[in-house]
Amino acid sequence: MLEQILALLPQVIFDGFILGFVYAMVALGYTMVYGVLELINFAHSEIFMIGAVVGVEVFRYLAPQVESGFLLLLLALILGGVVAGITAILVERFAYRPLRKRGTTNRLVPLITAIGVSFILQDLVRLIEGLWHNEFFLRMRTVEDLEGSVSLFGGAIFAQTKSFTLMGVSILMLVGLTYLVNRTKLGVAIRAVAQDLHTASLMGIDPDRIISRTFLIGGSLGGVAGVLFALQYTTITPYVGFLPGIKAFTAAVLGGIGNIPGAMLGGLVLGQLENFFGTYLPILTNGNFGTEYKDVVAFLILIFILLVRPQGLLGQVVKEKV
Amino acid sequence: MNALSFLLSLAYLGLAFLAPSPVSHLFGLAALGVTASLRLSPTWRILNLALLTLAFTVGLMRSGNTLGLIGLVGILVALTTLSRIPTGIRVLLALAILLLSVPLAGFANTFVFELGIQIGIYAAMALGLNVVVGMAGLLDLGYAAFFAVGAYTWAIFGSEQAKNFLQGPFPLPGEFMYLFMVIAIVTTAFTGLLIGLPALRLRGDYLAIVTLGLGEVVRILANNLDHPINFTNGPQGITPIERPPIGWFRQLMATLGVHLDRTTDYQLFFYFLVLLMIGLVVLVNLNLANSRFGRAWVAIREDEIAARSMGIPLLPTKLLAFMTGAAFSGVMGVIFAAQRTFVSPESFTLLASITILGMVILGGMGSIPGAILGAAALTILNLDILKTFSEFVRTSLPQIPNQVDPAKYERLVFGLILVLMMIFRPEGLIPEKRHRAEMEEA
Repeated sequence: MLEQILALLPQVIFDGFILGFVYAMVALGYTMVYGVLELINFAHSEIFMIGAVVGVEVFRYLAPQVESGFLLLLLALILGGVVAGITAILVERFAYRPLRKRGTTNRLVPLITAIGVSFILQDLVRLIEGLWHNEFFLRMRTVEDLEGSVSLFGGAIFAQTKSFTLMGVSILMLVGLTYLVNRTKLGVAIRAVAQDLHTASLMGIDPDRIISRTFLIGGSLGGVAGVLFALQYTTITPYVGFLPGIKAFTAAVLGGIGNIPGAMLGGLVLGQLENFFGTYLPILTNGNFGTEYKDVVAFLILIFILLVRPQGLLGQVVKEKV
Repeated sequence: MNALSFLLSLAYLGLAFLAPSPVSHLFGLAALGVTASLRLSPTWRILNLALLTLAFTVGLMRSGNTLGLIGLVGILVALTTLSRIPTGIRVLLALAILLLSVPLAGFANTFVFELGIQIGIYAAMALGLNVVVGMAGLLDLGYAAFFAVGAYTWAIFGSEQAKNFLQGPFPLPGEFMYLFMVIAIVTTAFTGLLIGLPALRLRGDYLAIVTLGLGEVVRILANNLDHPINFTNGPQGITPIERPPIGWFRQLMATLGVHLDRTTDYQLFFYFLVLLMIGLVVLVNLNLANSRFGRAWVAIREDEIAARSMGIPLLPTKLLAFMTGAAFSGVMGVIFAAQRTFVSPESFTLLASITILGMVILGGMGSIPGAILGAAALTILNLDILKTFSEFVRTSLPQIPNQVDPAKYERLVFGLILVLMMIFRPEGLIPEKRHRAEMEEA
């Protein structure tokens, strides 16, 4: 039992990191939008899914034309990010902005809208894929350049090379975003709007534009994460965004919602936990409780955090003024 | 005006007799629209409604086309929303529609019974969710979980399933269904307590996500509890499930001069049972709304901090709303399991929860007739209109790929309904006073 667990441990940790980076990138979209609008953007999981679908389509159509696998992946990442980002902007423009202009104080209204948008996007993608290929179970085409594997630490870890690509790209994205938010003019504006929308607008910031940009950035990150997800896990449907989406939200809450480093940390921690339980539950319970309970673990973690430390690992406590 | 609308109604009655077809039903719907929107004197209006009721019933009996059912739902809506109709007349016409028109139509086309039962089950659930979302303002996205607990409560003991972990005379005989309706109240209220205790301490939008998660947890459990001990039979679901014996009901109907055969007896029985349940649920709802608890829920919804300062204990009050809503759903789950004689985790997905939420929102949060209307509208849309539309696409547009079958696009339709309602009419079709005031204030 214990030997078995120890023997698997390096591999489990490595796979947990892969999953964690995907969650971290998706969690950023939730956290940025929440920071600016205090809205749980339910539709973000579909933005992620759209990135994945674009990735599949780029590989399907361009793989014969493009020689190098890495160039193909770069194209897929750019296109996935752009399409997802534009979708996010459109969602904000046509679903959330009218609510904001009406100025409703009810928290449930934007949330219900977000759920509706999420359902619409799922079926729209299914409709497009249905008209286009008459199927909506998509498989990522394999490209030889990207399919290699190595053994690390004397066979303790079996790693596909594309996993390293995934981690590399995510780290680049995370570093880039940190730079953008902390060091550029747009970043200052985003932080200002997150701090206080009304005051920021008095300082010459156009809040609508900044909110749009926030959706663009969060959405593109989600889209890029989607392409990498498709590369790593290969089977994509229009409904594939739901579970990673909920888990990435959990990750954002775990790190402290609205907090960018927190979202990254939360994603990595949650990836580790989920993979750990997913692998070891069957071993610890002699196969009585299988891998399928790993989703339950994520939800229980979410509830646990919200009860014990609602501000998350790195979040600040917000006092409610009466 | 008065004479014109009366002539229209009469014309439709004639059409229903002579040429019942979808087109004439559409004409009837137009006549109903005219009756509802023109400024008529109350007497004429009542006369028109009565005529139209008769006409839709005749049309349904002669053609079996379900557009007539939409007409009847429309008349019910008109009866609840139009002003200056005496209460006695309202009740009389509504009862005539529910107890005579629909069964008569059902004998002509058994699908009408199926629709009626499904509408009834969903309406009772929408009323339950209405307590949670509409009155107490707690957004519950895992409501189907309670439905599942209720359905499985009877499914496990009303079939061979319970033999896997208990000694006893399983399946229990069908009469036990009534007992299990009571037991389901307890099991689902207890589930509500378990889910509510951690979740209800949270703020509104967090609560929504957590209930969604817990709803999924219940579904995952139903899907996987077929090992180590087989409780739920996993993804295959449980079948056959016992139904209550209805010899007495057949005799009762025979004395009334209604001859039932094997295709309609259970359908009619469950239809009446569901009607009875809705009546009870509406009564409970009305009494709750005017009770101490109902007012406490509204207070919490309007302003949690103010409510707390006035000495309303937050957690117990919210828990009570949660458990009440859960109990309604659980009872309907038992009926659902018995009527279909089959349950599987497939029926209790997030889509089911969102469907019920969509019903409440479409009708109007906090509004009792609204919840029933929302249930009728979405159920008819889902089971009838989308399916008919699919048939149409299949037969007349064969070049469209079969993946693009409108019946598979429920999510798209519900999503559009949710978004459009939130943007253009957040208070719903039949708004409740207080909600309307709140939305207008914003």
